[in-house]
Amino acid sequence: MPEWKTEIAKHLARLGLTPTREAEIVEELSQHLDDRYEELLSAGATAERAYRAALDELTESELLTKELRHVERRADAGRVVLGEGGRGNVIADLWQDLRYGFRMLRNQPGFAAVALLTLALGVGANTAIFRLIDAVRLRALPVAHPEQLAEVRIADMTGARGFFASWHPALTNPVWEQVRDRQQAFSGVFAWGAEDFNLGTGSEVHRARGLWVSGDFFDVLGVRPEVGRVFHAPDDRRGCAAAGAVLSHQFWQREFGGDPSVVGRTLSVDDHAVEIVGVTPAGFYGPEVGRSFDVAVPVCSAALLRDDGRLDSGTSWWLIVMGRLRPGWTAEQATAHLGSISQGVFETTLSPKYPAENVSNYLGFKLAAYPAASGISQVRETYESPLWMLLGVAGLVLLIACANLANLMLARASAREREIAVRLALGASRSRIVRQLLAESLLLSAAGSILGAILAGFLGEFLVSFLSTKEDQLFVDLSANWSVLGFTAGMAILTCVLFGLTPALRATRVAPGAAMKASGRGMTAGRERFSLRRALVVAQVALSLVLVVGALLFSRSLAKLLSADVGFRQEGILIAQIDSSRLNLPKENRLTFKRGLLERIRAIPGVASAASANIIPLSGNGWGNSVWMDGADAAGKKPMNFIRVSGDYFKTMGTPLVAGRDFEEHDAPSSPKVVVVNEEFARQMGGGANPVGKSLWVEQSISDPETRYEIVGLVRSTKYNTVREDFQPVVYFPLTQAPRLGQVDQVLVSSNAPLAELTAGVKRAVAEASPQSTTDFRVLREQIQNSLMSDRLMATLSGFFGLLALVLACVGLYGITSYGVAGRTNELGIRMALGAQPWDVRRMILRETFALVGVGVCIGLPAAFFATRLVSTLLFGLTPADPVSIGLAALMMLGVALVAGYVPARRASRVDPMVALRHE
Amino acid sequence: MSHIASPQLDRELKKGSAELLILSLVEARARHGYEISKLIESRSGGTLKFNVASLYPLLYRLERRGWIQGRWVEKAGQRRRRYYKLTAEGKRVLAAQRSTWREFVEAVKRITEAENA
Repeated sequence: MPEWKTEIAKHLARLGLTPTREAEIVEELSQHLDDRYEELLSAGATAERAYRAALDELTESELLTKELRHVERRADAGRVVLGEGGRGNVIADLWQDLRYGFRMLRNQPGFAAVALLTLALGVGANTAIFRLIDAVRLRALPVAHPEQLAEVRIADMTGARGFFASWHPALTNPVWEQVRDRQQAFSGVFAWGAEDFNLGTGSEVHRARGLWVSGDFFDVLGVRPEVGRVFHAPDDRRGCAAAGAVLSHQFWQREFGGDPSVVGRTLSVDDHAVEIVGVTPAGFYGPEVGRSFDVAVPVCSAALLRDDGRLDSGTSWWLIVMGRLRPGWTAEQATAHLGSISQGVFETTLSPKYPAENVSNYLGFKLAAYPAASGISQVRETYESPLWMLLGVAGLVLLIACANLANLMLARASAREREIAVRLALGASRSRIVRQLLAESLLLSAAGSILGAILAGFLGEFLVSFLSTKEDQLFVDLSANWSVLGFTAGMAILTCVLFGLTPALRATRVAPGAAMKASGRGMTAGRERFSLRRALVVAQVALSLVLVVGALLFSRSLAKLLSADVGFRQEGILIAQIDSSRLNLPKENRLTFKRGLLERIRAIPGVASAASANIIPLSGNGWGNSVWMDGADAAGKKPMNFIRVSGDYFKTMGTPLVAGRDFEEHDAPSSPKVVVVNEEFARQMGGGANPVGKSLWVEQSISDPETRYEIVGLVRSTKYNTVREDFQPVVYFPLTQAPRLGQVDQVLVSSNAPLAELTAGVKRAVAEASPQSTTDFRVLREQIQNSLMSDRLMATLSGFFGLLALVLACVGLYGITSYGVAGRTNELGIRMALGAQPWDVRRMILRETFALVGVGVCIGLPAAFFATRLVSTLLFGLTPADPVSIGLAALMMLGVALVAGYVPARRASRVDPMVALRHE
Repeated sequence: MSHIASPQLDRELKKGSAELLILSLVEARARHGYEISKLIESRSGGTLKFNVASLYPLLYRLERRGWIQGRWVEKAGQRRRRYYKLTAEGKRVLAAQRSTWREFVEAVKRITEAENA
């Protein structure tokens, strides 16, 4: 009888039937063909013809396959076919594995939820921080060919004198004009300066982030207008008057609702009507990462909008200069070229007012070019290292999460030991089963990463709003891009391999026979596998300890910063910035006006005292010069910090007078020049002796000649620039003897009245003195706290991560302890039956948990000691080896051990011996 | 029906009637596939033929619909064979199809004979 089966199977192959169904059909059809063949033979056909005829009926125009396709259902693709290792393609297998994995996870929603949550938190935190780093550090400016951009600045600014208006090293306008006209290295150069404008018209101040831009600014950057036009070189000529304003897309949307007819309307910029000429496109936020702009005006309009003569000032450093390198030029070549023109530039621009001491410094300045593809960024300089550090911390959290998951996977693998053994015994290859187990991990890590990416969106927004203050809005473009996507995908793969591979390899290493024979007894606690799980928990505890120590260090450091003695009162002080420039008061009337203003504010009910100061300590602003004592060698002069204050300043700030007197009304412009100094000054300049009655000299400055002052008072030391620094030497000058008085006052108001009431009172008082003045308020305490933003960022995030690590460690410990208890039910039953008391059992289980944590702590402490040394520069008032933080962290870990161990221990002690002995 | 020339008409008629034929053949007793195909061929005088490729998909379809039920039966000295028998559901369907078919044949007959007369 011919063999039909192969022939039939060939026709069925494409239908994807289950093997059972396929076998059934093959059997039935081959019988039919046998019958048919015999019938043909008995009708007289030869064997060959009979075979052909029967076969033709089978294969007739593929009818069988076509018809069966409609009738037969495909085999359920999710079914795992035992021993089927070699056949089929990888994609189909993978799909099958994923579906199977999905069902396994669906059957254990608790496990899946814990796994997804930990992964999502871990990946989310990492991605969010990476996005911020990407936005401020890694990404280039969103302009054409950013790699061609280079910044032009002075290589070494030692000896630069004057007014510095920018946080970033800047140039004066005369220097910029010379660079623009002389340079050959760039195909185009541009300059800009950032400064807030007041767009308000009434007494209310409406602050907007402004940019002074040179004529070529937009053209060199390659920015085309979205509406209207942008500036070109002819717009920025000396004497340009109000040359118009270009709005940013965001400002246009926010303030004008994206109305295209805005072009041609006028905007009040610092009380001058300026015509809006155009809007920049949405993607362009300016050349500084982290600070967007609202309104840009040409540099030349500073002549109209500012009365400080800055366009001609050789000592006003306010413009940042960049250029686009000529094709083929490198930054080094440009530097060489700029160096060759530097002498001419600085000789031409030397200001006659430049202090004689530093003229040689000025003439020796060398311009240089620095690659600037990613622009400049204050945010980057402030937060880059904290962010990298936080990324490291978040990475550790992810590692802990992976260790946790690996542990859970190992436990699952042991529970499925027999299933795996059966499949191995039936001929499944090891790689096939490893693939199957990895598919589950892949599912988890992919889903966790997707959730994490979504979470990262929210976390990123949170971080940006965290770092933004009312005065200083952080602008960061957090839109997803390929590097962020790649980072997240990398995270997913890494986590999958970390927590999935080892358990999968372990699970399949078991000898099928041993696993099949093993019942619950003994085998589940296979020593080797269990010790791997213990090692994972120990690693988790050690890593968590590092994070918790870090979190405690940063929190304690922040607490110390917040409660640090800065030498003056921080609470209950309101800063009112009062701008009276609209009054255009003659210079000789200004002092009287200021006095009257202060008197009115002091008269407000609830105001304890009020004083004005040109520099608010810890605000980031500063003023100073070199000082030496009268009679001492001028060579011994030292740089000192200055503040010009009105009477009552020390009373308002709560800085006690130690010796001498405060400024008084009789310290008039015509009377001898007087100053008050602080104790740190006395320490540095006179070895701590009381300096009252002595005199000091202040070096010649841009605006004033060398001057002698008599010291009339000594006050307690304060800090000046930052909370972190030591007490600084400060010289206080009286407002009444100021050689020039401006029209903007900063008034410090000490009061316990509610803030709203107080600000309303101050506004009323100012309006009474002059209805045209504008007032802006800040709270001293908030301003100081905002200056600690990066410390708060570190403390908050590391605290959050530390807590997360603690929770993860707790879950991991709980998991291994309760798993251990479950595996030892039998043994516990015997112990209880032999007379062990519940307390003995509890103590035994807890002892093991504590042993694990103890080992973890022992490994973690040296690691923490090493790791925290990396962050020592970020700490305040603490050493990295702070015993309180380390002790507290170790205690917390023991607390975790107690929490994680107690529940399983109690369960163990409640085991009923009879049930336990029967337990398999 | 042997003079029907068009192969399409032949196939359509066969398809339309095949279910009825099979259900009729397994009404009285259970039969295996080969037996069913032989019976159709012999009783139609060779006009209707089902081979392995056309018969079994049909059987499986009827079985899936629950009209017939197949069962492996082993008899002494023989290979096991799959026998199909009519289910209760199949009986109702057969009765309905029979009457429809009868009405249809009557209608066709009335039309074609009237034309011939």
